[in-house]
Order: sequence, then structure tokens, then C-alpha cells
Amino acid sequence: MKIKINKKTILASALLMATAAVQAEDVEVLHWWTSGGEAAALSVLKKDLGNDGVGWVDMPVAGGGGGSAMTTLRARVTSGNSPTAVQMLGYDIQDWAAEGELANLNDIAAANNWDAVIPKALQKFSKYDGNWIAAPVNMHSTNWVWANKKVLDDLGLPQPHSWDDFVAAMQAAKDAGKIGLAHGGQPWQEATMFDGVVLSVGGADFYNKAFVELDEDALTGPQMVEAFKRMETLRSFVDDNFSGRDWNLASSMVINGDAAFQIMGDWAKGEFINAGKVPNEDFLCFRVPGSQGTMAFNADQFAMFKVDSASAQEAQGKMAAAIVAPTFQIAFNQVKGSVPSRTDIDPMQFDACGQKGIADLQYANATGGLVGSMAHGHAQPAAIKNAVFDVVTNHFNGEFGAEEAVEELLNAIDAAK
Amino acid sequence: MANNVGQDDFQTKLQNWLPKIVLSPSIAAMVVFVYGFIAFTVYMSFSDSKMLPSYDWIGLANYTKLWKLSHWWVSITNLAVFALLYIGICTFLGLSLAILLDQKIRGEGMLRPIYLYPMALSFIVTGTAWKWILDPGIGLENTMHQWGWESFHFDWIKDRNMAIYTVVIAAVWQTSGFVMAMFLAGLRGVDNEILKAAQIDGASNWRLYRRIVIPMLRPAFLSAFVILAHLSVKSYDLIIALTGGGPGRATEVPATFMYSYTFTRNSMGIGAASAVIMLMTIAAIITPYLYAELKEKK
Repeated sequence: MKIKINKKTILASALLMATAAVQAEDVEVLHWWTSGGEAAALSVLKKDLGNDGVGWVDMPVAGGGGGSAMTTLRARVTSGNSPTAVQMLGYDIQDWAAEGELANLNDIAAANNWDAVIPKALQKFSKYDGNWIAAPVNMHSTNWVWANKKVLDDLGLPQPHSWDDFVAAMQAAKDAGKIGLAHGGQPWQEATMFDGVVLSVGGADFYNKAFVELDEDALTGPQMVEAFKRMETLRSFVDDNFSGRDWNLASSMVINGDAAFQIMGDWAKGEFINAGKVPNEDFLCFRVPGSQGTMAFNADQFAMFKVDSASAQEAQGKMAAAIVAPTFQIAFNQVKGSVPSRTDIDPMQFDACGQKGIADLQYANATGGLVGSMAHGHAQPAAIKNAVFDVVTNHFNGEFGAEEAVEELLNAIDAAK
Repeated sequence: MANNVGQDDFQTKLQNWLPKIVLSPSIAAMVVFVYGFIAFTVYMSFSDSKMLPSYDWIGLANYTKLWKLSHWWVSITNLAVFALLYIGICTFLGLSLAILLDQKIRGEGMLRPIYLYPMALSFIVTGTAWKWILDPGIGLENTMHQWGWESFHFDWIKDRNMAIYTVVIAAVWQTSGFVMAMFLAGLRGVDNEILKAAQIDGASNWRLYRRIVIPMLRPAFLSAFVILAHLSVKSYDLIIALTGGGPGRATEVPATFMYSYTFTRNSMGIGAASAVIMLMTIAAIITPYLYAELKEKK
């Protein structure tokens, strides 16, 4: 009788261990890349891991920006059931690391030389207390202008290189009955323009002082007033019906030739490509005039949560290594419109805008022009970011003028600290 | 015999206990999931919770911060404007429609559901539909222009000073039929004898309604007020679907404020504080009502 029970127990525990082993070889991945192109890009990673004997448990939570994914994650972690890897942005990663929920990837990073190939400005978000906690997937940048080449050619306009040229070009388009600037009136879109505008006024040094160090003089100084004035200039070239419009509808206004320009991050390129447009032939991509040589980035990363068993850790490590490996970086970013999050990628496999983006990244990384995007949570944590959003969007919608906006900016940031 | 008594005892005991046993799971669930979480939220509002709940007591700091935020002031001003207009217009329209329907007109059976039907839609549907109708580029204004009325101008939804009124329009459209049904039920309950007596005394129709019918509708007014008031404090989905809080932040209300501070701005403490203030607002409306109702029954 005794023996029988023992046998049963042994059998049961053996079974349990077997199931645990099977589960441990899987990685459970929480992400919000559900749209066609993004999902296809992600399946490259899935296949890479499959070849390596690592199973993939997909946990997509739709909703751009990942708001609902983060809500889901909170519920999962609070109930003690964290996924293996979670798509995450900027300060969210640091916040989760501060909660002590993230795993240590130092061994994988050392084996794959991450310290040398991943830009320093990005490492700030992938590391916590000097330890690697997340694997970066890509780098977007926000200070891009997208232009309809035909509209510019018809008006005899060259690609603008200075802010004044840019304003003159928008004026010319407006005079010709076009919309100067296509824009969607949502707080994050206004903030995205503000990234580029602040860089165009004061360059990376001023940007860092104002947005990263939150220096009081920089926030209320004449350069910030000038930045808000430039936002007012942009406002005067936007059509009356802009508020609430989605960014991709604004992109299609440029694609259709109703509008000349749009200031938007490089995810807008996908809209142009999907419409069958060719870079440099049908549309132009260039940095917000005045901000050449700098790049306001935001990066998608996979933050790795703590897992218990050794085999689960091994699967997690394989996933982290596969994400940063050049093959996946190239395959994914060709589809996504962003650039690889490492500086040693050969740009020839990308289209004209992608090549420009990679060259800009290498230049900005070498010259200190690589700054975290305020609009996309890579300059300040969510509370301060949203306080800036409030001021930028209220100013853009005419609530107050440029002089008052800088006061409001300082107050809002102080209140959110 | 002794056995029998025992059985009787057991049966009566069971009969006494059965309702309590059947009800207890739902009461337990309610205590935990409603009142338990209310208590939890109140505690959160006194804690330094940021991204995840934390239990470090910081006193009233979240409330002082909250009342300093201009964003919060915009939200409660919007709520005041919205609630006043929404409750006022809905009550007026609902009462008027009910009185008109009560004139023994033909086709009442068909008209009543037509007025009541918007209530069957969710606020999300209402919000999305009205967003399109009010959008100057595709909706009413565009249609009028196509029909040749070029000077027609209606862009409230794009105007940060007027946008909150478009929320009122959509909300009134949704709920006034429901308020009408409540008043109609009240009107049907008015004793005909009294009306006849008043008519014999020579009262005009206007006086009849003003002095007799409307005062007798007091309970219906009270219910309508309570329902509309708590709907307006809770309004979240309509704002999200109709304006998304925009243009800028011009149509934020406490409910959208609470969600964004708790879940997207990593300021759970402030979000919880705003939730507590919303709860107190609703309690201030409901408690006198419940008190009056319970008192009447005695």
C-alpha cells in the first residue's frame, strides 16, 4: 500500500515536471503589434526562435501606443503571473525595473557585444542600475517631415532646408489652394511636432536641457517662447477641420496631394509605401528644417520579466539574443519603417528614407545629437510627459499665447513631479 | 412523535435560512467587489501609489495636488456645465414629450418606442454617430453646403469653447426619450377624478398641468433627477467616442480625468483621489433621495 502511494506520487511528480519542462521552453510574449505589417515582421522572430527550439505563446493586446497592453500587464503582474517578455516603451521599462520585476540579461548582452553596438542614448532605457533588462527592437524618430513631391514640383519648390524656407513653402502651398500642413489634432500628434520644433530652435543641447534636465531657465527662456511661436506658425497652415483626426488620415492628405507636408514619426512611411508610393520619386522625407543632424528617438523594446526555472531563463535568453541579432533587426525594420537599434547595420538593404534614417542615427549617435523623444516617453516619465502634452495641446488649440505657454509649462511640470 | 417535531424544526429552520443561504454568495461578492474596492480606492487616494498600488500613507497630499491641477478644474467646470444643461434639457424635453403623448393622440403606441429607441443604443454608438454628424468636413455642415446653403456654419465640435455643448446635444438625444417614458408612467398614474373635478371648476388646461399634474409628478421628477445626475457624473464613454476629450483638453470630465491619471499617467494616487471625489458627489445626490424614499415608506 505504501509503495503504491509512493509510485503514484512519483508518477504524478514526474508528469508535473514533464509539463513544466514543456512550458518552460515556451516564451509568452505580450505585445500590441497586431496590424498586418507589424504582425508579419514579428513572425520573423517567431520563426527564428522556433528553429532554436523555443515555442512562442502569443498574447497580443490590440491598441496603438500600448495603453491597453499596459493595463493587461498590470493585472497579470499583480496576480503573480508575469509573461516572459513584454513590448514596452521608454520609462515604462525603468518603472517596471524599479518594481524589481525584470530579469538580468547581462550574460547575453556580454556574449553579443550589446554595449558596443547599441547607441548609448538608448542604453539608458535598456539598462537599470547598469544591468541589461530589455532587448531593443528598433528606433523610431519623430522629427521627420513627409512631403508630396508632386505638389512641391508643381509649385516649383525645392526641399526646404531652413525653418524660413519651410514656412515659405507652406505659405506657397496655401496660396495655391492646398493645405500647407496636414495634421491631426490629438495631443500626442501636437507633441510629436513639438519634438521637432524644439530641436529646430535650439538643437540637441537645448532640447536636453529643457526636456531631460527640466532646467527652469531653458523651459521659460526665449528659445522655448520661440518654439511655441513656431507652433503657432504651424497652426496657421493647418486646415480648420483638424481636431481629432487620426495621424494616418493626415498622411493620406499628403499622399493624395491635398496637403504639402506632414510632421510625423517614421511610422508614417508605411502609409506612403502601402499606397504604392516610392521615396524620392513620389514623396520626400527629411528632418524638420533646422533639426538636421539631430534625432529624437523612441524605441520599442522587449522587457524581460523574471522567470523561475533554468530552462525558462534559457528560452528567455535565446529570445533576447535573437531580437538584437542583425537578421531580425533588418527584417523587422524594413517592414516597420524604423531603423535598427544598433549602429553597425549596412544601410544598403533599406529604401531611401531608411538609409537616411540609419545615416542620421550613426551621425547623431557620434555627435551627441541623439535625444529621447518627449512626445513618446523617452525624455520624461508618463506624468511629466502628459503634463507637457496638456500645455502643448492647449496652446496649439489657442487657449493661451506663447509667453503664457512657457509659464504654464513650468507650472504643469512642477505639479507633475 | 419526537422525531416528527425534530423534522418540523429542521424544515422551518431551513425555510428561514434558505433565502439567506441563497443570497449570501451575492452579498459576499458585493461586499468584496463593490464596497471592498471602494475602501481600497479610498486608501489608494491617501497613498503614494504611482504605477502600481503602494501602501505608504502620505495623507492628503494627493488631494492638495489634485485641486491645484488646472486640468482638474477644467474637468469639473465641464461637468458642471454638462450636468446642468443635460439634466435641465432632458427633464424639460422629457416632460413636454410625455404631456404631448398623453393627449390621447393616435399612433401613440408607435411614437413611444421611436422616442425611447435611442436609449437602446450604447453611449459609444451615440458618440460615434454624432461625431460624424457634427463633423464639419463630412457631416451636417458639409451636407448643407452640398444642398446649396453655402453660408451654413456649424463647427462646435471643433471649437474648444463650444465642444462641451455638442456632448450635451448627443446625451440629450440619447436619454430624453427615457425621461419621457418615466414621466408618461407618472402621468398615467394621476387620478382622473381630480382632473375632472378641476375641469368642472373651470380650470384651464395650462392651470390644470401647472397646479395639479406637475406637482403630482414629484416622485417622477425625483427619479429622473437622480438617474440623470448619476449618468452625467459617470459619463465617460460618450466623451471618449464623441470628442476624445478634445479639442486639446477642452472636453475632459472627471471620469476621463480619473482614467487617464490612474492608468496612463502613472499617478494612481491622484486618480484615486479624483474617483473618491466623484463618489462623494454621487453620494451627495443619492443619499438625500434614498433618505426621502425610505422615510416615505414608513
